[in-house]
Amino acid sequence: MFDILSRIRRTGRLSETGPQAGKATASDPLQSKLHQTFGRALCIRQVDAGSCNGCELEIQALGNPYYNLEGSGIHFVASPRHADLLLVTGPVSVNMEEALKRTYQAMPKPKWVIAVGDCGACGGIFGTSYASRGSVGNIIPVDAMVNGCPPSPTALMQAIVDVTTGMPQSGQG
Amino acid sequence: MNLDTLEQEAVRVPSNVAVSCITFGAESWLQAADAMQQAGAVLLTLWGSDDRDRDGHFRIHAAYLMPQRLWIIGHAMPSDSPVYPSLSRLFPVADRLQRAVRDLLGIHADGGDDRPWLRHGGWPASVFPLRRDVDPAHAHAVQSSAYPFVHVSGDGVHEIPVGPVHAGTIEPGHFRFSLVGEKVLRLEQRLGYAHKGVAKRFESMRLDDGHRLAARACGDSTVAFSWAYCSALESMNATVVPPRAVTLRALALELERVANHLGDLGALGNDAGLAFGQTQFSALKERLLRQNAEVFGQRYLFDLVVPGGVAKDPPERALVALSSELSDIKREVNELRVLYTNHAGLQDRLQGTGYVDPAQARTMGALGLVARACGLARDLRVDLPWPPYDKFLPTVAICADGDVAARLQVRFDEVLESLRLCSQWLGDMPAGAICVDLPDTEPGQQGIGMIEGWRGPVLAAVESGVNEGIRRCHIHDPSWQNWLLLERAVLDNIVADFPLINKSFNLSYSGHDG
Ligand code: SF4
Repeated sequence: MFDILSRIRRTGRLSETGPQAGKATASDPLQSKLHQTFGRALCIRQVDAGSCNGCELEIQALGNPYYNLEGSGIHFVASPRHADLLLVTGPVSVNMEEALKRTYQAMPKPKWVIAVGDCGACGGIFGTSYASRGSVGNIIPVDAMVNGCPPSPTALMQAIVDVTTGMPQSGQG
Repeated sequence: MNLDTLEQEAVRVPSNVAVSCITFGAESWLQAADAMQQAGAVLLTLWGSDDRDRDGHFRIHAAYLMPQRLWIIGHAMPSDSPVYPSLSRLFPVADRLQRAVRDLLGIHADGGDDRPWLRHGGWPASVFPLRRDVDPAHAHAVQSSAYPFVHVSGDGVHEIPVGPVHAGTIEPGHFRFSLVGEKVLRLEQRLGYAHKGVAKRFESMRLDDGHRLAARACGDSTVAFSWAYCSALESMNATVVPPRAVTLRALALELERVANHLGDLGALGNDAGLAFGQTQFSALKERLLRQNAEVFGQRYLFDLVVPGGVAKDPPERALVALSSELSDIKREVNELRVLYTNHAGLQDRLQGTGYVDPAQARTMGALGLVARACGLARDLRVDLPWPPYDKFLPTVAICADGDVAARLQVRFDEVLESLRLCSQWLGDMPAGAICVDLPDTEPGQQGIGMIEGWRGPVLAAVESGVNEGIRRCHIHDPSWQNWLLLERAVLDNIVADFPLINKSFNLSYSGHDG
């Protein structure tokens, strides 16, 4: 136990300052801005609709101590019924089409959808075919896209902040 | 039939490892399978090809992995009766492979499980998308029907269905547990949700572009898959990759292994209730990814391996910085290993959990780190070393215990061994070119690439088409074999331990689904 505590002390705080919400509120910490909007933490549900797992790795990285997404009042939830925001990766495979639609429908309104990665944004290298429906926007309404293969954690954070604090949400499904 | 007879008749296939190929009629095809099974080979993969345009036949190819050689046994079928002998009696993994071949190409095994595997209703049962006369762009409306899971009945037996959408940020798949109380009686997996038509997509790509798709078959193993694809292509062209590029590829492959293992070491701690482990290891992984960005210009090394070499020549100072960061990471991993080993609560969760016995692992054809954690010394880098591993043999990490703790130990050993290899290469990096041009490729050439990725051996089998196109490309991820073993590993465990056991395997959905 002592070893663990001393290691925690030596590791110290690694969290970096994340992106801020909009220019006007640049001095506001992200957390308080989110709190103003939601009155609580922002809840995200992630769905892999057929990705190669590269985008998942970068979304998982958001939880590491450097990006410390939870520390900004953003957390991932296990049920779409608890979620404000849906992060969708991958070209939508035909085998995931129904599960993606159902997840989207299960979310309460208001809700946002971000299509993640080149695949989510436009189908990427897989395109559309007998097995792939291409971009997420072909299946459910999308509010924002983050390009990249995979997009960096910083780009993902920026998109999450922009879409939930500034831009109007349109996905009324 | 014995292997000596086979060896006399076989032909060599261009590859970075030793590959022999032979074609048989139905009866001998099955006898050869029997001989392979007797000799302890792993049925690595099956793939079919539509050669009706060439000679009116479909073909099925079975790849068997032996310690010193990969065997490919082919069999041709007339187009009006595309049926071949089922291998499911000999190799448990054959069932799923045969189902996948049938779903995509409409050629059938004459026995075994015949439920659909990759086709979930996204295209009609009468459409076989990999056939050459099927338009790749043609899409169909989804018509799903209930999947006939095997039903377990009895006093107090109940079912828990999980997925395809999971609670965490992970890939899609479905698990059907049959339980008594907390105890798992049976697990049946249903996979294929991430199937996005990779094999068909290859056929619309150029040979010199296919590595980009191979790199995205399974994003966490991007170096392994793109290297396997490029090796297949380079072997068929007899291209020699410059030494600097070879060493940089191996450096990237080992960094990929270290990054994934670090992630898993943290996640295993977390799933066993030690969030401290997750914090520490995910921070180390992040440091490594940032080094990747400094050295290769990106965190995940997509498209670094290209036909003829590598795409990026790292500046000397970045390599020096990488070297010192890696020794730091090594020190920290050693420290954390002591903490994990001495943590009684953690060890209590890991030891004896998700046990697989070696005999079972052998029967199921276990591969990669899962096999090594059951005491099976299987590692392509040592069994069939290709450059630069022929000059830098790693020590194979082995642990015979077969439980979650063993899979953790193997990961620790492999991280340290990979770091040792990296530091050797960084200390003596060859100078010179990083890429050579490939000559034009004649149609109908074949090449095989095999690389030991962080999960185990990955394979790319490439055949060239006209105008520098890809006629057929089949890729294989070792998860196919290990998924089957996971179904066995959870039996008699409590269902609450499934996430931990699953994480200790950490198998690929996308690489499997294709
Ligand atoms: S965008 Fe790139 S990393 Fe993300 S799923 Fe697509 S291929 Fe994989």
